[in-house]
Amino acid sequence: MPKSSRWPRYLLLSLTLGLSACAGIEPWVKPYERQNLADPITFFGRDPVSDNYMHHVRQAREMARGAEGGAGGGCGCN
Amino acid sequence: MALKAELEAAVVVTKKAFAFAKAVILLPILLVNSTPLSAAVLPEDRADALYHRFDGGGVVIDGPSILVRKSIKDTVSISANYYVDNVSSASIDVVTTASAYTEQRIEKSVSVEYLRDKTILSVNYGQSDETDYNARTASFNFSQDFFGDLTTITAGYSQGWDVVGKRNEPDFAKDASRKQYRFGLSQIITKNSLIGLSWETITDEGFLNNPYRSVRYLDPSTPIGYSFQPELYPETRTSDALAIRGMYYLPYRAALKAETRVFSDTWGIEAKNWEIAYTHPVGEHWIFDLKFRHYEQTQADFFSDLFSRQDAQNFLARDKEMSQFNNDSVGIEFAYERELNWGPIDKFSISLALDFIEFDYENFRDIRGTEVVGTEPFYNYNATVTRFFFSLWY
Repeated sequence: MPKSSRWPRYLLLSLTLGLSACAGIEPWVKPYERQNLADPITFFGRDPVSDNYMHHVRQAREMARGAEGGAGGGCGCN
Repeated sequence: MALKAELEAAVVVTKKAFAFAKAVILLPILLVNSTPLSAAVLPEDRADALYHRFDGGGVVIDGPSILVRKSIKDTVSISANYYVDNVSSASIDVVTTASAYTEQRIEKSVSVEYLRDKTILSVNYGQSDETDYNARTASFNFSQDFFGDLTTITAGYSQGWDVVGKRNEPDFAKDASRKQYRFGLSQIITKNSLIGLSWETITDEGFLNNPYRSVRYLDPSTPIGYSFQPELYPETRTSDALAIRGMYYLPYRAALKAETRVFSDTWGIEAKNWEIAYTHPVGEHWIFDLKFRHYEQTQADFFSDLFSRQDAQNFLARDKEMSQFNNDSVGIEFAYERELNWGPIDKFSISLALDFIEFDYENFRDIRGTEVVGTEPFYNYNATVTRFFFSLWY
């Protein structure tokens, strides 16, 4: 089996284990404790127009592609 | 003369770089605008005007990018992007196999995001046009918060339709299509840290070559010892990428970020990259960023810098992007931002980002010299990437 085709299986297994581990566990970071995570300096790609361009620069010169990640807020507590 | 004709036909391998860019160009826009790492909140209303410039390896590409986003009634957010690449190329490929060229590529995209409770749905459409390549991409994304908003799952699908043309051959038109499947999970770990996981599979089908590209092969009948013939790629390609990224908020208001990605495809290319970044506010209005990134990949199964003979195998490639290589980059960014009470404008910022990249090719040779065929030095070059942009929040 090609190595690339095994990834989805590993990913699904990890997610299943990870999510099932959440059962019975209360969220441990309360909304009022998330002010640090709401700080824009914590955001991945806090300037989309700039990050879009850097993705383009790399994709034009590297064969790897995909899973570049996202931008936006960090914690949903804005 | 025959060699000259083949060289002319081969043209600009550097255009290959843009072919790949074209083939996936809409991806980053659609992804970055539509898959927040976490949080069922719509992106902020803002407008950005960016000047970008890539200068390296004999290639200069610059132009503007305008991105405007506006929400309606706190449940819908609409964004539009207008992007231009002005290309002036005299790269190693141009110098060795063809003549320098200039061209312009214009890309437009729109996105609509809809927020309902802890769910965000988004649709995107984009198109990229230039004289010999047209690309269209439509995308759908889904995001859901749960577990007290500590966990966010994202999923998305994109479909792309490209038409590959060829200069001076108006009847030349080849199709290529692309499907992208992606999945993401982000998890708040502590009040100061979070982690994210992204996975994406992309499949291509159709004409994946650049019609101008060529490979070289040993040819004792020529004075230089080699000749060129057109490249030939498979008509399908499937790739998988898996990335993990994390952020830690430091006690003195700074952020440390790290990410790594592994990649493989059915052409035999395996790649990995990692990046570490540090964000440090200075005073009330300045933000300073420093980052380092490393990338490396293996060659495609059908790549060779010098084939043993003409038509040596079914598939043939000699693009430097298909070779085994690595690059290292250092990036710095300075941003000045300030609150405003000027009509609807809440805040503005001015940013300058510089990235210095060093490319080292491990089995792609620089054939511009007079060395004996097959003994030429391996190619390398440095590039500087500049981003200067102005942003308004309203």
